[in-house]
Amino acid sequence: MIRKQLFLAAGALAAAAALSSQIFAQGGTIKVGVLHSLSGTMAISETTLKDTILMMIEEQNKKGGLLGKKLEAVVVDPASDWPLFAEKARELLEKDKVAVTFGCWTSVSRKSVLPVFEKDNGLLFYPVQYEGEESSKNVIYTGAAPNQQAIPAVDYLMKDVAVKRWVLEGTDYVYPRTTNKILEAYLLAKGVAPADISINYTPFGHADWQTRVAAIKRFGSAGKKTAVVSTINGDANVPFYKELGNQKISAEDIPVVAFSVGEEELSGLDTKPLVGHLAAWNYFQSIKSPANTKFIDTWHAYVKKPKRTTNDPMEAHYIGFNLWVKAVQKAGTTDVDKVLAALPGLETPNLTGGIAKMLPNHHITKPVYIGEVKADGQFDIVWKSAGTVPGDAWSDYLPGSKDIEADWVTLKCGNYNTKTKVCSGQNYK
Amino acid sequence: MTRRTARGQRLWLLLAAVLVSSTAFAQTVDETFLARLGELRDASFSDKERIAGQLIESRHPRARDVLTSLLGDRLYVRASDMRVVIARPADETAASLELVDPLTLKAAGSAAREELTKIGTNNRLRKTLRVAMARFDLADADSAIRLNAVTEMLRSLDDSAAALLKERAGAETDSRVKGEIELGLTLLALDGSDSARRIAAIETLAGRPRQQVRNRLATLLEKNADGRFVEADAAVRAAASTAVSRIDRALTVYGAVETLFFGLSLGSVLVLIAIGLAITFGVMGVINMAHGELMMLGAYTTYVVQVMMPAHIGASIFVAIPAAFVVAGLAGVVLERTIIRFLYGRPLETLLATFGVSLALQQLVRSIFTANNRAVETPAWMSGTLQLGDALAITYNRLYIVIFTMIVFAILLAVLKRTRLGLQIRAVSQNRAMARAMGIRSEWVDAMTFGLGSGIAGVAGVALSQLTNVGPNLGQSYIIDSFMVVVFGGVGNLWGTLIGGMSMGLVNKLLEPYAGAVLGKILVLVALILFIQRRPRGLFPQTGRAAESQ
Repeated sequence: MIRKQLFLAAGALAAAAALSSQIFAQGGTIKVGVLHSLSGTMAISETTLKDTILMMIEEQNKKGGLLGKKLEAVVVDPASDWPLFAEKARELLEKDKVAVTFGCWTSVSRKSVLPVFEKDNGLLFYPVQYEGEESSKNVIYTGAAPNQQAIPAVDYLMKDVAVKRWVLEGTDYVYPRTTNKILEAYLLAKGVAPADISINYTPFGHADWQTRVAAIKRFGSAGKKTAVVSTINGDANVPFYKELGNQKISAEDIPVVAFSVGEEELSGLDTKPLVGHLAAWNYFQSIKSPANTKFIDTWHAYVKKPKRTTNDPMEAHYIGFNLWVKAVQKAGTTDVDKVLAALPGLETPNLTGGIAKMLPNHHITKPVYIGEVKADGQFDIVWKSAGTVPGDAWSDYLPGSKDIEADWVTLKCGNYNTKTKVCSGQNYK
Repeated sequence: MTRRTARGQRLWLLLAAVLVSSTAFAQTVDETFLARLGELRDASFSDKERIAGQLIESRHPRARDVLTSLLGDRLYVRASDMRVVIARPADETAASLELVDPLTLKAAGSAAREELTKIGTNNRLRKTLRVAMARFDLADADSAIRLNAVTEMLRSLDDSAAALLKERAGAETDSRVKGEIELGLTLLALDGSDSARRIAAIETLAGRPRQQVRNRLATLLEKNADGRFVEADAAVRAAASTAVSRIDRALTVYGAVETLFFGLSLGSVLVLIAIGLAITFGVMGVINMAHGELMMLGAYTTYVVQVMMPAHIGASIFVAIPAAFVVAGLAGVVLERTIIRFLYGRPLETLLATFGVSLALQQLVRSIFTANNRAVETPAWMSGTLQLGDALAITYNRLYIVIFTMIVFAILLAVLKRTRLGLQIRAVSQNRAMARAMGIRSEWVDAMTFGLGSGIAGVAGVALSQLTNVGPNLGQSYIIDSFMVVVFGGVGNLWGTLIGGMSMGLVNKLLEPYAGAVLGKILVLVALILFIQRRPRGLFPQTGRAAESQ
């Protein structure tokens, strides 16, 4: 009898405790880390992404938050300094205990935080187009892999513009080098002669383009239609396009297709010399769709500047944030492992009228668009992919990565070698 | 009387018949024209190309207007009645557009931008349109437009173009346009069947060293897949082969001249960014890490001037140069009076303090103008190329910068050598105590010298705004280069800066085609380090007692 009473009392106590913890939980918040440079050279691009996430959080909180809790942003500034990215990531994960982090722009910053996220089992949404050859358990890649941007762009030039000669022009660092390696292999596989491919690298912030542009002009006047595939980064673009304009190379003769020039970058320069040049992205502000109009209006209202542009990485964050929200709702918790298990297969509308689906390799499906620059700094869409293209972590065109597969659902591995049947764990090399 | 009436009636009838039939005819022509326009609404780019061709062939009087509008992105579909309309040129920011009927060219009301769907073009379509439109411009009163038209037509020559060019050749008076037309006709003569004429054409073409000509001649030397020559006539082949090698030789020479010019233009940019530093660092001995940010201030001044006078972009540069000199000069004087003067003789502390100032200035412009780059427009007179002969084209903006550097250098030299301020600057830098004893206010001279050097940096910023990004990081990307030039040229020597900058530019550009931009830069740096090892005081070391005592 006494024992029974004891049991009851214990039960009541436990129930009370559970109840009170639930009440506590309802009052609590979910912390969302924002890891974007707000100062230094990358501030130009990354500040916008910080604002995007803050806007998404505000919108979500207006809808009543998530799992009955409010979302709270924890913003840190890694100041365009790669080692500082790792330090700030550790701070977010170990001190602030964020449930999820949205961040990074350059590949080198992602590579620098990767070990931290893997060690502390964090969750990072990475929103920028990148060179591929990576798939981490703890990273969701919402930007384009090479097969969702570079390869379709080259295909477009080859088929619709009948380009026969190629200049691969890039800034000297990891993203252009890897992308150009993939593109070169792809072009050679398509039967382009090695003499018709010219690959060149220039240093960061290269400002004197006279020699290079003259060389491109010479290379392009051999009687075959020539195009430039540009992975030139950031600040070096302006003098490059200016020099093209000055040396009278028009987009009609030698078009330049760029992978890192978007609306945001164009807003800071005189667009006259760029008109007609191309960019390949998965989103353009000028695409007309109800979701995009709503997003642009919300964005303008949030930043209180009716002329601020939207761009591709912002859409990636929009998709990433919505995917995470859906995964948390599905899992019923913000626990990283459970969210990661819930993510693959989830779908959310993108801004251009399609559906973004989360794939087992931690990449998503995206439509590909090619736009021509207009005088007002926006893009006219001249080509789009038939449907969405699934992101491929490991390129099928590089000898080393052909046989490697990423699958976090069945294989539970980011780099499974289908030939040797070995998963080399978190070593990406 | 009756006969006359009858004749009159007949006449009237005839007239009426003619009128009726012509209106009926006009109606059908206009109807097909409108129908073609309607097809543009949801045509693919290749369909648009076909429709444009049909419009030109129809020789409808409005075809030109419609195609010009298409080329200028001013052809729209109005949502209310799905009609194709032309919009009048308007400001990008205008919310609604004035519309024109494509058939009557009369005003057709206005519509908000949302109600209009633009009929887009792509590069290929624009190129086709431009070549097609060039035919309309062939008889324009402006010789520049005619020249442009002929150049456009040369991009793709066919029989109809040949006929037009032949027709035009007799009437053309402008020698440049005539030369282009002749080039076009000679290129066409290659397609003929008369061997002697073709060889004559090849010999004429050999004197026109252009890539386009070379490519055309090279096609005469190509072989089929089975190893036989495409061109059957051996004499023509021999002539073409000589012509190609002659053009190749000419192109090599022009290429060398071009590289030389590239070197000079890079050199003059280096001189321009370093010459202000040659004053503050060279003459005063102040290691000013904020020198780059003073250039940045000059570049932002250019931007502000352009924003204030949007209607006169061409003239804005001339306002911006003195404005940038004043803004950067004043910033320099304030910097000298508030910080640097307390740190004379302590180079390490000056370095750290000015580095701090440079960060503060960067953050200042970030706060005022945001971190985004600002768009500085290039005035029309500064863009484009100066065509020298057939193969050499020199870009105007680079040419102007070379000239501008020379002018700045000459003025600075004159200030230092010919003015009272210059005399005082030299006196103070050589022997401060003696100068003071002679009644020179050395503190005032210090401030003025620093202001002068900073002002020149601001002026360099105006030039840089035409070449590169105007953003908070502008200064950082040039500071190292400017110090390198000053050290290489010899501290305290303006001529050293000029020779040093120019030779660094030349060496850089001579190396770049062989070594690539990345390796070229490294090689220049290594060579510079070795040079400084051998001659620590640079190309033109200061000599004399004043230099020894430093």
